[in-house]
Amino acid sequence: FVAYRGQTELLGPLRKIELYEMGWNLKDGLRECLVAAAPYGGPIALLKGHYRRSPSARPQLEIYSSSGLPLASFPWKSGVVKQLGWTVSDDLLCVQEDGTVLVYDLWGGFKRHFSMGNEVSQSQVLETKIFHSPYGTGVAILTGALRFTLATNIDDIKLRRLPEVPGLQEAPSCWAVLTQDRQSKVLVANGSQLFILDNTACTPVTPPGLSPQASSIVHMCVSFSYKYLALLTDSGHVWMGTSNLKEKLSEVDTKIKTPPKQMAWCRRPKSQQPSAVVMWDGLLIVVGECKETIQYHLDDDSVLVPELDGVRIISGTHHELLQEVPGACEEIFKIASMAPGALLLEAHKEYEKESQKADEYLREIKEQSLLSEAVRQCVEAAGHEHEPETQKTLLRAASFGKCFLSNFPPEQFVSMCRDLRVLNAVRDYTVGIPLTHTQFKQMTVQVLIDRLVYRKLYPLAIEVCRYLKTPEYQGVSRVLKHWACYKVQQKEESDEVIAKAVSVKLADAAGISYSEIATKAYESGRTELAIKLLEFEPRSGEQVPLLLKMKKSPLALSKAIESGDTDLVYTVVMYLKNELNRGDFFMMLRNQPVALSLYKQFCKHQEQDTLKDLFNQDDDHEELGNFYVKASYKDQRLEARVALLQSAVDEYYKAKNDFSAKTTEDEMRLLRFQRKLEEEKGEQLVGFSLHDTMTTLLSVGLHKHAEQLYKDFRVPDKRFWWLKLKALAEKEDWEELEKFGKTKKSPVGYLPFVEVCIKHHNKYEAKKYVSKVTPEQKVKAHLAVGDMEGAAEAAIERRNESEISTVLSRCSATTDHLLMERLNRAKATAVKK
Amino acid sequence: MLISYQKKNKKKHHHLISSQLHSSLQKELLQFLLECCVGAAEPFYHPRRPHEVFLNPFCRPACQHRCKTRSASSQVYSAVQSVVGSLHMAHTEWKDAPGLPDFSLLKRLARDQLIFLLEQLPGKKDLFIDADLMSPLDRIANVTILKQHEVDKLYKVELKPIVSSSDQLCFLIRPRIQTVKWISDLVNADKVAGRFRRYKIIFTPQKFYACETVLEEQGVYGDVTTDEWNFYILPLDDDILSLELPEFFRDNFLEGDQRWVTTAGSALRLLQSVYGSFSKVYGIGRCAKMVYESWRELMEDGEQRTRQPEFAKVFLVDRDVDFVTPLCSQVVYEGLVDDLFRIKCGSVEFGPDVTSSDKSIKVMLNSQDKVFSEIRNEHFSNVFGFLSQKAKNLQTAYDKRRGMDIQQMKAFVADELKGLKQEHRLLSLHIGASESMMKKKTKQDFQELLKTEHSLLEGFEIRECITYIEEHINRQVSMIDSLRLLCLLSITENGLLSKDYRSLKAQYLQSYGIEHLLTFANLRQLGLLEEQQAGETLTVMESKVGKLVNDKTVGKLTDAFSSLAKKSNFRALSKRLALVPKSGEEYDLRVPRDMAYVFSGAYIPLSCKLIEQVLERDGWTGMEEVTRMLNGQEFAVTGGSSSSEARSKTDAQRIVLVMFLGGCTFSEISALRFLGKERGCRFIVVTTAITNSSRLLEALLDNSA
Repeated sequence: FVAYRGQTELLGPLRKIELYEMGWNLKDGLRECLVAAAPYGGPIALLKGHYRRSPSARPQLEIYSSSGLPLASFPWKSGVVKQLGWTVSDDLLCVQEDGTVLVYDLWGGFKRHFSMGNEVSQSQVLETKIFHSPYGTGVAILTGALRFTLATNIDDIKLRRLPEVPGLQEAPSCWAVLTQDRQSKVLVANGSQLFILDNTACTPVTPPGLSPQASSIVHMCVSFSYKYLALLTDSGHVWMGTSNLKEKLSEVDTKIKTPPKQMAWCRRPKSQQPSAVVMWDGLLIVVGECKETIQYHLDDDSVLVPELDGVRIISGTHHELLQEVPGACEEIFKIASMAPGALLLEAHKEYEKESQKADEYLREIKEQSLLSEAVRQCVEAAGHEHEPETQKTLLRAASFGKCFLSNFPPEQFVSMCRDLRVLNAVRDYTVGIPLTHTQFKQMTVQVLIDRLVYRKLYPLAIEVCRYLKTPEYQGVSRVLKHWACYKVQQKEESDEVIAKAVSVKLADAAGISYSEIATKAYESGRTELAIKLLEFEPRSGEQVPLLLKMKKSPLALSKAIESGDTDLVYTVVMYLKNELNRGDFFMMLRNQPVALSLYKQFCKHQEQDTLKDLFNQDDDHEELGNFYVKASYKDQRLEARVALLQSAVDEYYKAKNDFSAKTTEDEMRLLRFQRKLEEEKGEQLVGFSLHDTMTTLLSVGLHKHAEQLYKDFRVPDKRFWWLKLKALAEKEDWEELEKFGKTKKSPVGYLPFVEVCIKHHNKYEAKKYVSKVTPEQKVKAHLAVGDMEGAAEAAIERRNESEISTVLSRCSATTDHLLMERLNRAKATAVKK
Repeated sequence: MLISYQKKNKKKHHHLISSQLHSSLQKELLQFLLECCVGAAEPFYHPRRPHEVFLNPFCRPACQHRCKTRSASSQVYSAVQSVVGSLHMAHTEWKDAPGLPDFSLLKRLARDQLIFLLEQLPGKKDLFIDADLMSPLDRIANVTILKQHEVDKLYKVELKPIVSSSDQLCFLIRPRIQTVKWISDLVNADKVAGRFRRYKIIFTPQKFYACETVLEEQGVYGDVTTDEWNFYILPLDDDILSLELPEFFRDNFLEGDQRWVTTAGSALRLLQSVYGSFSKVYGIGRCAKMVYESWRELMEDGEQRTRQPEFAKVFLVDRDVDFVTPLCSQVVYEGLVDDLFRIKCGSVEFGPDVTSSDKSIKVMLNSQDKVFSEIRNEHFSNVFGFLSQKAKNLQTAYDKRRGMDIQQMKAFVADELKGLKQEHRLLSLHIGASESMMKKKTKQDFQELLKTEHSLLEGFEIRECITYIEEHINRQVSMIDSLRLLCLLSITENGLLSKDYRSLKAQYLQSYGIEHLLTFANLRQLGLLEEQQAGETLTVMESKVGKLVNDKTVGKLTDAFSSLAKKSNFRALSKRLALVPKSGEEYDLRVPRDMAYVFSGAYIPLSCKLIEQVLERDGWTGMEEVTRMLNGQEFAVTGGSSSSEARSKTDAQRIVLVMFLGGCTFSEISALRFLGKERGCRFIVVTTAITNSSRLLEALLDNSA
C-alpha cells in the first residue's frame, strides 16, 4: 500500500480517510451535546447543554456543515428535546419530551411542527429514533407507557400505535426500526428476548446461532439498507446476520462487557464481508468475519454516522470516513499487486520517467489481454479516492492505457472525470458535503443540486448544472427559480429592485415559472411584488390562479381572456360568480365582452333566467326582445306565446326598433287569427308563416279568409298573385284560375300563368295565356307551350338575335326544317343590323 | 374555488399521464417501423423520457451512418409510409408537383388512442356516440374494431331517455354543455332508480371546463369518469384535412366563444410534431391570430425540433375575411355535388335518381376514385364531355378482348378486368350524378340565379337583382337561397339601403316566419346582411374603418366583436385585387386561365387570391390597402427553426398548408389546386369543416332549438 499517504489510514480491510479538520471551535468537544448528523454528508446539529435542566441556562442549538462551518445558532426556547434528527431533505427534526416534533430548515428557520399524538404527550417520550425509508423520513417513539408510536413519513403523517410487547416492565434494553415488506417495524430486545412489532402483531423471534452465554441484548443496529442486523450481547459478543433473522453471518467476541455508546454497520454495497463498528468511550472496535477485531483509539468524544458505504466518525476536532477498501483500490494499491490496474499504474509511472519499463509492464498486461480491464480498474479506483492527486494519477494512467486500445468506449472515463470534478468541488471545505462516489451515484445529480440550492450555493449549483450539461429545464432554470424565490423574501430590498434583479437574471433561462416565484412573494406578504413578477409569466394559465388568490380578480379576468384559453376564463367567471354579488358580477362581465359571451353561452343551456337578467342589466332591449321571441316558440300554449311576444314588442319599442316591434305585433295578430280559424275550420294553422297560412287557406278553398289576410297584413300584390296562382294550379281549378287572371292586370305578368299550367301538364290552359304575355316574354311563353312556330314568329318579329338562337337550339333538324331556314335568315339580318 | 384549482391541476397531471401513455403507443409504432426499415430493434429512446421518442429517432446520429445515401429520416419516414399508409402520393398527376406527406398516420394515432381509452373501461360496455361524430369515427375505427374492444351495443346520442341494460356506459361526445347535461340527467335518473352503473365520458377532441362545471352543478362529478380523445384531425383526402367541427363557425364568429381556438392550435401542433416544423407562417383575421398564438404557446411548452420540415409555409385565414366566396353557387363538379347531395365526411349518398335503381349508394369521394379525381376540379360544363370520352375509352379497353388468344385473355382477366369493372361502376355513378345535376341546374331558374349572382359580383344592374330576389322570396323558392342572395347583395353593396332592407326583410318574414327576426339579427351581427346607415356612402365608411383600425383598442385581441367595424368593402377590394375579370371577354372554361374558372370565370375567390398574393410577395408588404379594408389583423412570422434549410429547394418547400378557420368550400379547394398546378407547388387544406352556402347560413339560423 505504497500509494496511500497522508490522510488515509488503513485498518485491515478498512481504510480511514480524514475528511476535514472541523472548522468549529467547540470548547468541550461533543461532550454533553445532543448530536445529529445527516447522512450523505449532510449538516450536523448540536444541542449544547440540554442535560442541565435549569431554566436559567437555555440550551443552544447550533447547526454546522460537515466541515464544521456554522450555518445557524440560536438559543432553544421550547420544551425539553429528546432527540434531534434530519429528514431526507435536510430539515432538522427536534423531538420534544411531550411528543411535539419541531421542524427547522438548514438555516435554523422554523418551518412547522406536528404532534405525535395525545397518547405520546400524556405518557411522555422515553426514547426516539428518526429513520429513513423509501417513503420518506419517519419518527418512532417509545413512550413512558412502554408503547411504540410510529409515523413512517413526516410529510404525510399517519400515526400508528404498535402492539404491546408482552412482559415488558421497564424500558427495553434496546430497539431499532426496520423497513421490511414495505412496512416499518420495530425490533425490540427485552433482555434476551427479541420481538418484532408490526402493525398488527408482536412476534417473538430468535436470531439463529446467538451464543447462549448472553442473557441480554444490550445494543443493536441495522444496516443502511435495512438488510443486515448486528446485536451486541451483555457477554460482549457481536452477532451479525440478516435483518430477517434467517441467517447468521458471523459472531465475534469483543471481550468488552460494558455497554457501548454507539454501534453502526460499516459496509459497502455488494460487499461480502460483514463488518460493524462499535464505539465505547475512547475506543472503537471493528468486528468482521474473522475472530480478530480491529481496535482503534479515539482521543475525543465522537459520533458515528452510518452511511451507504461506510461510517463517518465525527469528533470535536476531526471528521473521518471509515470504509471498506473498495475492490478496485485494493487491487491496485495492494502491495505487490499484479492486478492489471496496478500494472498499468506502474507502467504509466515508468512512462513518466521515460523509462522503457513502461513498455514491459504494458506488454505484460496486453499479453493477458487485460488492458481494458486495467483501464476500467484505474477509472473506478479514481472514483473511490478522495485525494485529488491520487485521482489524477489514476486517471492519467487510465488515459495512458486507453491510447493502446481501439474501440474502448470513452463514456466511463469521461463521466468519471466529470463526477470527480463535481465531487471535489462539493467536498471543498467551504461547501462541506463529503460525498463518496458511491453515495453521489445513489443520490443523483438532481438531489445534489437540490442540496446545493438549499444551502443557497446558487452559483456553485449553476456551475455544476452547466458543467454536467443538465438540461436547462431541470438544471440551471430550476436553480435560478430557487434563487429568485429566496430573493423575493429579502425584505430589505424594494419591490422594483427585486423585480428587476429577478427578471434580468432569469431573462434567458428556459422553463422558468414566474408564478411560483410570485407565489413565494405573495406568501411572504409582498402582493405588489407578486403582481410585478407575474407580468413576466408568459403562461396565463399560471398567472390566473394566483391572481385570484390575491383577490385581483379584474386582472385575473383580463389575463385569462388574453390567454385565449376559454377554460381559464370560465374558471375565473365561475369564481367571480360565487364571490361577487350579482350586480358587481354583471358589471365586471360587462367590461369584458369575451367573458360575457362565454358566460352567455353557458347560461343559454344552464340558466336561461340569468341570461335575461344580463340583458336587463345592460339595458339591451334588442337582445331582450330576441330572447322573448325565442322563448315564445318554446311555449306550446297560445296565451303564453302571445304574452311573450307582447314582452318582446315592449322591448323592441324600448330599443327603438319599430320594425321588429311591428313585425312582432303582426305575428301576434296572425297567431290569434290562426287560432280562431283553427277553432272554426279545424285546419292546422298555428305557427305557420303568413305565406304558408295563406297557401293553406287557398288550398282548402278559404279564399275569403286568405283575402282578408292579404288586406290586413298588406301583403304585396305580387306575392298574393304568385300564391293564388300556385294554389289554384295545384288544385287544378283552371276555371277559377282563369277568373282570377281576369280580375285585374296581373302584377307578375302572364308568363307565370303559362308556366304554372305547363307544370301541371295542361297545355290547353297554358295556351290561353300566351297571348297576354308581354312582348319580351313571348318567345319564352311560346317555347313553354311547345309552339315552335309561334316562338319563331315572335323572335323574328323582335329581331332579337339571342332569342332567335334560343329558338334555333330547340328546333329539331328533322321536323322543323323550314322553320330553321327562316330563323337562320332572320338571324343573319339581325346580326347585320 | 379551491376545488377548481385542484381540478385544474388534476387535469394537467392527467394530461401528462395520457401524453405519456400515448407516446408509448407511438413508441411501439416507431419501434416496429424502425425494425422494418433499419433491420435492428435498437431502442433509441431514453427509457426515462419516453415522450421524446417520437421526436428523436429521425435525427439520431446512430442511425445515420447506416444509410449512406438517404438521410435516416427519409428512410424511416418511407417506412412509415410503406407500413402504415396505403395512400399513394399523387406524383403522377403533375410532373413538377411535390409529393404530399402521408396523413393516414394521423388516423392510426387517433385509433390507437381511442382503443386505449376504451380499454380503460374493461368489460362489456354500451357506447353512445354523438350523431355528428358517427361518420368521422367510422373513418377511424369501424364497428368491428369497436366490438373487438368490448363495445357491446352502439347508440346515437339523441338526448332522450335510453334503453340500455349494460352496467357500463361509455359516451363519446363533443364537449357540449347540452350533451353533458343529458348525461347528468341520465346518471341522476339511475340514482333515483337505485341502479348502479359505471359511466365514462370521452370528450373529443378535448374537454372543457364548462362541461365539468355542469357535471359538478348537477351533482354527478364523482359518478362519472372523464377522458379526452385527442382526435383533432381527420384526413379526408390526400390534401384535405378536416377538424370536423362545423360549430366552430357559429361559436367563434357569432357567439364570440373562442373555446375552439386552442383546438385549432393543438391541431397545428399535432401536424407539426408528426410532420415537421414550418419555416413561415402567414395569416389574416382575429381568430387566425389567436390560433397562431395558442399554437406558439403550445410549441414553447414542448421540445424544439430540428428535423426537416414537410411543409414550408402555413397560411391561416378566418372565414369572415371572405364571406362572398362561400355564398356563391358552386359550379365545379365537387362543389356542385356538395351543394346538391351534401358530401358528408368525404362520402356522399347518391339517391335512386342517380343510381337509376331503387336504392341509394354511398360513395367515397376522394383521389382513390380514379374517375372522380379527374373531374372533381372541372367546371361542370366540361364534366359531361369528359365522362362520355371516358366511357368511350372504357369501351375500347373492354373491346380489347376481341381477338385475344386464351393466354392474353387470361392476363386481361387477371390484371385489367377488375380495374375496368370498378371504373365502370364509378363512371356510371358519376354519369348518373351529372345527369341529375343537369336536370336541376340547367333549368331556367338556375341560369337566372347564376346571372343574378354574377351581376351582384360585378355590381351591375343592381335594381334588377333586387327585383329578382324579391320575386325569389315571394315565390318561396328556397329559404336558404333567398337568404344567400340577400347576403350577397348586402356584402357586395356594403349594406342595403334602408328602404330595401326593410321591405326585403318584411317579405322574407312573411314567407318564412317571424322567427327569422333572430336570423336577421345574427346576420347583422356577423356583417352578412346590414342596413346602410343614412348618409353613409362608401367613402365615408372607408375612412371610418381606417380610423377604427388605427385605434389600438380595436386591434386588441380581447375584443371579440369585430363586426362593428366590419364593412365588407367588397367593391373596392374586388377592384384592387382584380377579383372580377372584365366582362365581355370570352372565358374558355375548358382551359382555365385563372382561379375564376371555379365560378365560371366571373369571380376569383377572395380567400384564394389573398393566399396567392401573399405567397408571391412572401408577406403582406404592398398590400396595406387591402389589409386595411379587410380590417387589419394580418401577420407574417418566420419560423424559428431551419431558416437556412428553408432556402434549399426541397419538395417540402413547395408544400403550403392553408388553414381555414370557420370552414372552406370545395370551390376554394379546387381553386387552390389550380393555383398549385400553376405555381408548381401543392396546397394542403386544413379546415374546421367543409362548408358551403347552405351550411354557412343554416349555422346562423336561430330555430327553436
